[in-house]
Amino acid sequence: MSGLAALPTLALIFAQLSLLAFGGGSSVLPEMQRQVVQVHPWMTSSEFAALYALAQAAPGPNMLVTTLIGWRMAGVSGALVATLSLCAPSSLLTFCTAHLWYRFRDAPWRALVQRGLLPVTAGLIMASAAVLTQSTTTGWQTAVLTAVATLVFLVTRLHPLIVLAAGAALGMLGLLG
Amino acid sequence: MSDAPAKPGLAALFMGFFTIGVCGFGGVLPWARRMVVEQRRWMTPAEFTDLLGLCQFLPGGNVINLSVAIGARFAGTAGALAAFTGLMAAPMTIVIALGVLYAGTSDMPIVQHGMAGLAATASALVLATALKIASPLRFRPIGIIVALATFLAIAVLRWPLPPVLLAAATLSMLLAWRFRA
Repeated sequence: MSGLAALPTLALIFAQLSLLAFGGGSSVLPEMQRQVVQVHPWMTSSEFAALYALAQAAPGPNMLVTTLIGWRMAGVSGALVATLSLCAPSSLLTFCTAHLWYRFRDAPWRALVQRGLLPVTAGLIMASAAVLTQSTTTGWQTAVLTAVATLVFLVTRLHPLIVLAAGAALGMLGLLG
Repeated sequence: MSDAPAKPGLAALFMGFFTIGVCGFGGVLPWARRMVVEQRRWMTPAEFTDLLGLCQFLPGGNVINLSVAIGARFAGTAGALAAFTGLMAAPMTIVIALGVLYAGTSDMPIVQHGMAGLAATASALVLATALKIASPLRFRPIGIIVALATFLAIAVLRWPLPPVLLAAATLSMLLAWRFRA
């Protein structure tokens, strides 16, 4: 099953991911990959990593990999269906709770919930990093590149796009084996 | 410090978030704050931080949620739609253009090698974000254990997210409440 026929399934998967994405889009990457690579073998894990990398090279919210997955499966309509499925449920939830949040701004449970969710979010995003790194590490050269770039992102204030471009340039020069 | 900020209409909401979408390379949040608080002064820093708290707490993209919440506050349902559409229009177009470009050239060795470098660096960006998010846990040993258990379930055991998230979030909130962990 692929193309337009797979869109309802894709919409359902992304709508679920929408409500599970605590801490933003990055926290559901492993589940997204599990669904589109393992559960429904729509693409390989290296294709998934390539789409993710392309999405990182574009401006905007970091959930654009969804747009690309939809586009790859069914063109522009696929891109729209996938993106809206991932955005609509969480957006509706935000729309409905924004005024409640303001009303409970001093409630102690608000701080407690935020404090409790942090370790889970941290674990999920760390898992995303591990799953992605596993599929982008093709040899010792790419492993070193990932390690060095991580350090650069952590200790410098260099624009992320410059670092991404540098990584792509190193690859084009044939330095990554 | 200043007089009351102007209440934005639909066109202003669309254009404001359109600008954020275009500028936001490698993270849109700093741009969102700049536009909403400093440039257009739709909200005070405290109002912005409070609303951002909700958007980070709820599932979904933080800035996507923020566009919906800010749009709704100033212009109801139409405002939410205007801000959301403004935020997503340009990035979606650009990313599809990149996809088309890549699909047409992915057979060329130079593109494949460039993509390997780009992908390895994109992984590093997520790794660095993960480390930044985890760093407040340094002084919370129980929090570290919860984070490691979540990591193990998702990345190593590859368990499905819904039950893992439900169990980990419940446990973590109980621990936070019981031990101030």
